[in-house]
Amino acid sequence: MSAIAQQHAIETGRGSMAGRVSDFLWKHPHVFLTILLGPPLLWLGIIYLGSLLALLLQSFFSIDDYSGLINYEFTLATYRQLLNDANFDIIIRTILMAAIVTLFSAVIAFPIAYYAARYARGKWKVIFYLGVMLPLWSSYLVKIYAWKLILAKEGILTWLVTKLNLLWLLDAWLSLPVIGGNSLSVSYTGTFIVFVYVWMPFMILPIQAALERVPTNLIEASSDLGGTPQQTFRHVLFPLALPGIVAGSIFTFSLTLGDYIIPQIIGSSRLFIGQAVYAQQGTAGNIPLAAAFTVVPIIIMGLYLWMARRMGAFDAL
Amino acid sequence: MRSDKSASAPFGLKIAAAGGLLFLHLPLLLIFLYAFTTEEKSYQFPPPGLTLKWFAVTWERADVWQALWLSVRVASISTMIALVLGTLCAAAVSQTRFFGRETISLLVILPIALPGIITGIALRSAFSLADIPFSFWTIVLGHATFCIVVVYNNAVARFRRVSGSLIEASMDLGANGFQTFRYIILPNIGTALLAGGMLAFALSFDEVIVTTFTGGQQSTLPIWMLQELIRPRQRPVTNVVAMVVVIVTFLPILGAYYLTRDGDQIAGSGK
Repeated sequence: MSAIAQQHAIETGRGSMAGRVSDFLWKHPHVFLTILLGPPLLWLGIIYLGSLLALLLQSFFSIDDYSGLINYEFTLATYRQLLNDANFDIIIRTILMAAIVTLFSAVIAFPIAYYAARYARGKWKVIFYLGVMLPLWSSYLVKIYAWKLILAKEGILTWLVTKLNLLWLLDAWLSLPVIGGNSLSVSYTGTFIVFVYVWMPFMILPIQAALERVPTNLIEASSDLGGTPQQTFRHVLFPLALPGIVAGSIFTFSLTLGDYIIPQIIGSSRLFIGQAVYAQQGTAGNIPLAAAFTVVPIIIMGLYLWMARRMGAFDAL
Repeated sequence: MRSDKSASAPFGLKIAAAGGLLFLHLPLLLIFLYAFTTEEKSYQFPPPGLTLKWFAVTWERADVWQALWLSVRVASISTMIALVLGTLCAAAVSQTRFFGRETISLLVILPIALPGIITGIALRSAFSLADIPFSFWTIVLGHATFCIVVVYNNAVARFRRVSGSLIEASMDLGANGFQTFRYIILPNIGTALLAGGMLAFALSFDEVIVTTFTGGQQSTLPIWMLQELIRPRQRPVTNVVAMVVVIVTFLPILGAYYLTRDGDQIAGSGK
């Protein structure tokens, strides 16, 4: 309802009550806008932003070590506590995991996205699209459950490895420090596989969207000028797909950063940020420290989004 | 059109793309197999035998039905709230120009862009500050908040395609705003709203992280699953429930796809 159309509209009186109301709204676009925006803004502003701010404010309180009650005085003590060695380890571990998960997701997602964007036509295009959408939208817990079945000691993976006579390889992998463990379901490797499985689909569609915009003749020009497929990929395709990869990485990075259920079900006993928040607010009852922990992903994602915006990732979303 | 546009893909690319899709789908297929296994005590593969017994056992389980019923009620009410709020927001952003439009989009997306645990813990601490006891409505409050964005995304994409002159023509022909909404706008955005609503329902039906913080002692179906994942007590029943959940969540996704497939932006692409 543009301003010009509004000025030229012939304003005949519409007799009924409904007509008068709609005439009034047509003549007073600000009132109309307020009515449209009011309910959603009130909902999001009060319920969501309100609780979020209340939570962040609590990170400036501290907990009394003796009584276990919250001491409502402004202090930075909780933030000092956040940066002690044990908590800092948790932060670094989570960021590293999120970065590696993002990297591998991009590597697995790229061929799917490239095939779907450049070669899939007609029926295959639909198959690729639904083939990505169905796993992306299917239940998060069921996906984790599937991997619990797969990684269990008596499960399909051990069975397959035994059939292939590769059990020694699995054992060698599990005996590695840090990434190994008693079995895959209690190791970082297991956590990593499930993270990649659950969040990788979010990477495919943004990359595909970026690749669909690459003109085919650019790739042909590159090979006409003597570029090998590797060179074409490095100097033409990859730079043009990069905004899409960055856009997808926003999802994989952010979702890994905040997850606490996957490492709790499939993983070692060493905590990630999400688990630390959960433990602090639950069993420990330390809401200020939990609140301070939530500030970490917010700041990291803020920086990440700022960087992504500069790289033009939002046009690829 | 260049001739080599139809050229077939390099072999390596085909393998990598097919491998990636298999990686996504095989684990889900495994869920279907396990629903029929006769093994109760472990996740043994290959299953020692196949049976339909667990479907009957699950059917008799009151706790599963209660959890399912709660999930359906929460998802329905949250979807309705999200439909109203998301459509209003989309209408305001796409039909008018005002200062701060970008901020509104950001605000709508924020609940889903920030990790769920932040939304969950923020709501929980707000409930405890305001002395609100956990109830059906505390769950709905959380779910509706992050469901707004899927309705909003679908509605904004469709509003962009509804021509402004159609609305003006309707007004010129003497229809008032309500009639224009009923006969012009609603038929045009109807399928987009239906698709957005289906996706919002799927999102709410599957949500677990925010619910653990806003649900108290109540258990929705995902909460029931989570308890089984942490402490497996009845594996065969869990297997059957998992399979049913996979099938039930596929339906709204397929439905949303068919409703919006000729749109310029397809539903759900930005979950």
